[in-house]
Amino acid sequence: MRTFSDLWQIAKKDLIEFTRDRLRLVTFLIMPMFMMIMVGFIFPNQNTLKNVPIGLANEDGGQVSQQLVSAITNLKLSPDKPDLAFEVKTYDNAEAIKNAIKSQQISGGLDIPADFDQKITTNGQAQVTIVQDQSNPQISQMVDQILTQVISGFSSQVGNQKVNQVLAVVPATNPVSSISAESIIAPVTSKIEGIIPGNPNYFEFVAPGIMAMIVMTAVLTGLAASIAREKEQGTLDGILISPINRLAIILGKALSQAIRGLIQGGIVLLLAFLLFGVTIHGNILLVALLLVLGIFSFVGLGILVSAIATEQETATQLLFMFQFPMLFLSGVFFPIALMPNIMQKIAEVIPLTYAINAIRKVMVLGAGFSAVRTEFLILLLFGIITLAISVPVFKRVITK
Amino acid sequence: MNNVISVKNLTKKYGSLIAVDRISFEVYKGEVFGLLGENGAGKTTTLEMIEGLRKPTSGEIKVLGFDAVHDIQHIKERIGVQLQSSAYYDYLKLREILDLFGSFYQKKLNPDDLFKMVGLESKADQYIKNLSGGQRQRFSIIASLINDPEIVFLDEPTTGLDPVARRNTWDIIAKIKEKGKTIILTTHYMEEAEILCDRIAIMEKGKIITIGKPHQLIEQAETPYKVEFVLEKDNQKTIDRLLNACEARDCDIKKLPGKTAHYEMHIKSQELLNKAITALQKENPESFTIGRATLEDLFIELTGKTIADEENGNV
Repeated sequence: MRTFSDLWQIAKKDLIEFTRDRLRLVTFLIMPMFMMIMVGFIFPNQNTLKNVPIGLANEDGGQVSQQLVSAITNLKLSPDKPDLAFEVKTYDNAEAIKNAIKSQQISGGLDIPADFDQKITTNGQAQVTIVQDQSNPQISQMVDQILTQVISGFSSQVGNQKVNQVLAVVPATNPVSSISAESIIAPVTSKIEGIIPGNPNYFEFVAPGIMAMIVMTAVLTGLAASIAREKEQGTLDGILISPINRLAIILGKALSQAIRGLIQGGIVLLLAFLLFGVTIHGNILLVALLLVLGIFSFVGLGILVSAIATEQETATQLLFMFQFPMLFLSGVFFPIALMPNIMQKIAEVIPLTYAINAIRKVMVLGAGFSAVRTEFLILLLFGIITLAISVPVFKRVITK
Repeated sequence: MNNVISVKNLTKKYGSLIAVDRISFEVYKGEVFGLLGENGAGKTTTLEMIEGLRKPTSGEIKVLGFDAVHDIQHIKERIGVQLQSSAYYDYLKLREILDLFGSFYQKKLNPDDLFKMVGLESKADQYIKNLSGGQRQRFSIIASLINDPEIVFLDEPTTGLDPVARRNTWDIIAKIKEKGKTIILTTHYMEEAEILCDRIAIMEKGKIITIGKPHQLIEQAETPYKVEFVLEKDNQKTIDRLLNACEARDCDIKKLPGKTAHYEMHIKSQELLNKAITALQKENPESFTIGRATLEDLFIELTGKTIADEENGNV
């Protein structure tokens, strides 16, 4: 049908124009790189957090306390990597640790009291103190967690030894003597199994969101700006004079934006893969399809905004106003489940949220189509509805 | 019925502002029809409504037999429009622009033929920013011809051009007419309307105040003859004598602004013209010119003011 070839002509023209505008082309390529690099290197990544400086004060000095110190000092992040979790600095007491935290020389610390060994050998409970760096919640949370784990593990070990001692004095005829120490100390153990090999880091959580966001918002602003610009330049008149279908104009422009969006998405993925080791565990075509759907769902919005904003400047400003909250509300950086209820409700009406969820499922968990069917339908529906509203609005607005 | 365009009681209102006020006119096949008037008279708005870019408030427009409001799709294929602001894409080459617009129509001409027609062959692969004002205008005219239209709409085709470029454009318009196309144009240059147009409609404040062939309209003017002269210096007595000589009531002497002692005399009949010339020669003017009134004179007569007045706000 005529509309299709016209649509393609418009898309082609937009793309040619775009590639010849040096400044826009450069911005287009640099922007995703910039965003990725900023996010990647700013946000703490468990893989990058090593040799965290902490303070250790061993006021006891006895054998068991030294074992604990050694366990902490030599703690490795993962069995196959040589990196140590902590860089341990020695202090005299808890006071000294606190001072060091104040001057931010360390990000937390552990104080082993003078009666540590004594309490243990006399079968009491020894208590150590984890000193927190409250100025830095994200790091201190991790430090506390790791320290607690180490201490808990150490405690189990000591417990094991003690139970073995107890079992040793039970006569062999006593059925209790055949119980193992572990079944008393830790009767229930757990192991963690993932869907995908390896440990996903925060960046793998963030990458799908960033990609979807960059692509979808670029399309949103790009479409509106493109129409507003043509209105301003006067070139829109030339197109309106011709017999071309109004729908073809919109869809043609949307197509050119979509193609650009997908290219940007590709750049983001490439960077994520090269710089941050993000891999797609699922089908890349499914990711592309979801991206396209996400773009489609935003096209109607883009048209509405361009119909309302008469100048390119206004259009871009209006959209920026939407983009910023959308960035935080759609779960790009933080899971929506952690947000207050009202924010969650708002997130539910933003198509970006569904696109991100779906892409994340595919990229991180390797989900197939059936797992993202709901998001697929929602995005499709959103797109159709907004398109249906916006096209007549567009037609009405461009007729003077 | 040879009307290619028929406009009846066309009105366009913006709230309480009436931009076009119940105008009616017809354009015949193969003619050059001009809408003449100052800026803001409603010419461009009228044209845009016929082109389908603007919706009329009321009235009827028929183009090639089709209603311009309800059947605009049938019309678009057969008309060509020159955009007033010469707004074309900065990043497309001229040839690409013609190809782009051509692709929207079922019938399209070869861009090279069009470039040749206006002498822009060497610029075909350049960008619009590399063209001079005159070249851009020529391009915008051929852009309106890409679909070989039956009717061509030109909105102020020579505004902003130097005299040479202007005459070049007139030649191009003449060529278009020779191909049998109908042209409707707007202009505020009276000379242009007089030279190019078979028929004109003079618009003022949204209304048409007269329609007809330029030379016929001028002949029907109150004072179809004009004598322009320059005296050595301003001299009221001389003026009084001249007025006496040609019966003051039927001729009118106006001092022109600008150079010293420069006057214009408007005369009603040929007999009076002879008397005026005789009287003038006696006064030994530095120079004098005898001629016919121009369209501008007619315009001033009909609207009672000059363009300068209008622009200065002396409405």
